[in-house]
Amino acid sequence: MIEITHLSKHFGPKVAVDNLSLTVQKGQVLGFLGPNGAGKSTTMRMITGFLPPTAGSISVGGTDMLEDPNAAKARIGYLPESAPLYADMTVEGFLAFAAELRGLGGAAKKEAVDKAITTCFLEKVRSQAIDTLSKGYRHRTCLAQAIIHDPEVLILDEPTDGLDPNQKDVVRNLIKEMGKTKAIIFSTHILEEVEACCTRAVIIDQGKVVADGTPDELKRRALRAGSVHVKITGSGAASLAADLGKLGHASRVENPVAEGDSFSATVYPKSKTAIGALTTEIYELCRSRNLVLSELHEEPGRLDDMFRELTSQNKV
Amino acid sequence: MRHIGIIFKRELSAYFNNPLAYVLIIIFSVLSMGLTFVIGRFLELNDASLSSFFWFHPWIYMIFGPAIGMRLWSEEHRMGTTELLLTMPISPWQAIVGKFFAACVVLAAALLSTLPIVFTVYHLGDPDGAMIVSGYLGSFLIGAATIAITCAISALTRSQISCLLISVVICFLLVLAGFPSVTDFLRPTLPWLADLGNAMSFWWHQSEMARGLVRLQSLVYLTTLIAFCLYLTSVVIRSKRA
Repeated sequence: MIEITHLSKHFGPKVAVDNLSLTVQKGQVLGFLGPNGAGKSTTMRMITGFLPPTAGSISVGGTDMLEDPNAAKARIGYLPESAPLYADMTVEGFLAFAAELRGLGGAAKKEAVDKAITTCFLEKVRSQAIDTLSKGYRHRTCLAQAIIHDPEVLILDEPTDGLDPNQKDVVRNLIKEMGKTKAIIFSTHILEEVEACCTRAVIIDQGKVVADGTPDELKRRALRAGSVHVKITGSGAASLAADLGKLGHASRVENPVAEGDSFSATVYPKSKTAIGALTTEIYELCRSRNLVLSELHEEPGRLDDMFRELTSQNKV
Repeated sequence: MRHIGIIFKRELSAYFNNPLAYVLIIIFSVLSMGLTFVIGRFLELNDASLSSFFWFHPWIYMIFGPAIGMRLWSEEHRMGTTELLLTMPISPWQAIVGKFFAACVVLAAALLSTLPIVFTVYHLGDPDGAMIVSGYLGSFLIGAATIAITCAISALTRSQISCLLISVVICFLLVLAGFPSVTDFLRPTLPWLADLGNAMSFWWHQSEMARGLVRLQSLVYLTTLIAFCLYLTSVVIRSKRA
């Protein structure tokens, strides 16, 4: 549905997006992650035809953005980062304006406006002037504008930014629901959001893709993923750190904490496939010394660890 | 064409949903007629023509045009709606033309509000109708040109005040270029510059048309200037995004 090939964007000497290629299929919700200034917004602005790329091509539903921008734009719904709106219009008037620009008229226009208002929970404010709305309503009004023509592709730049937890949940569910039939790219800083509603996560840093996979795949790639957290109690448990490190399948022991008769630590296996063998060894060790293994679980990995590991290398 | 209409409609309602347009129209009306009666000594001259009325127009447009046009793109840039508008399936030139036409409606409304002076002059004597029509035509074209200039400047900046100031300076120079005291000063030494000043000056075209002289040169110059400024607007908008 969305095909980006070798996309680059330079602002003077600064490279904002660097040879980025990405394909998004229908039915995919792609979470676009990256630190501030990584090039997320610039990439989205190029996909939506707002910024011309320095090099590379963008195709939306088979239509090239540079060759036939209006046909390509017609397939996209776009929520810009700051959710800009015409403050002097009413919610309904603004949505009607957007619908008209999208080529809807008469009954179809009225129907589209009503549907967008219902979908984005704007009934209460439909005839209110936009400059009197709270931030949550403004954001949803801009989102309503993006979906008014039922586009095949949705590009949402931080759609939940500035919303309260309930509103965030509403928007997430909306994205998840729409993702079944559309190709969606949305950017966010909230990693749990990606786990909650994305089928795929892409992390970019300094204009390049540094990770691409399902949220679960990415989590497993975090350094801490696959390590074993143990808590052992019994006399002599406090001096276990060295013994744990000497186990055949253990590579190292981190964060050892001894409190009286209890001891906890994170043990890393030599390889991620050796985790079963390692847990057996730990179990045997405790049994041979008459210690109680009160806790043992595998660390599933966390997306924010992964995010930090990938994007902080070149910083500071 | 349909897209131009949609933009035009929105922009027009933005003007008239706001006190600004009404205030500007009233100021234009009061200023143009007031100056004619007070400084132009309209009644004392006992001349059944509107030449003293049109005499003031270029001076008023110098500020009035920029005041109408300053919000055209500056406001879009400031609110960030440029990004919304230009990712819609329309071409930038359609948005530019639609917005320009809406501003021209405000200008036309301002000119319509001066009709009392036409009735007055018919009441006083027997004026030349064609002269009045050509005066109004010239006035409208010059007003539209000041709006077009402001439109191009407004695409450059998100600050309406900067846009207003820069545009007023440009319009002021374009009025002054053909003002008799300037051209009379230049003519003995640099006659070609004096002619160029006349050809480019709003003041000269306005005074010629107020005398009933609708030259092809005036029509071509003013419409070309408008088209060029609108084209310039599209260039600025494109280069701002690159």
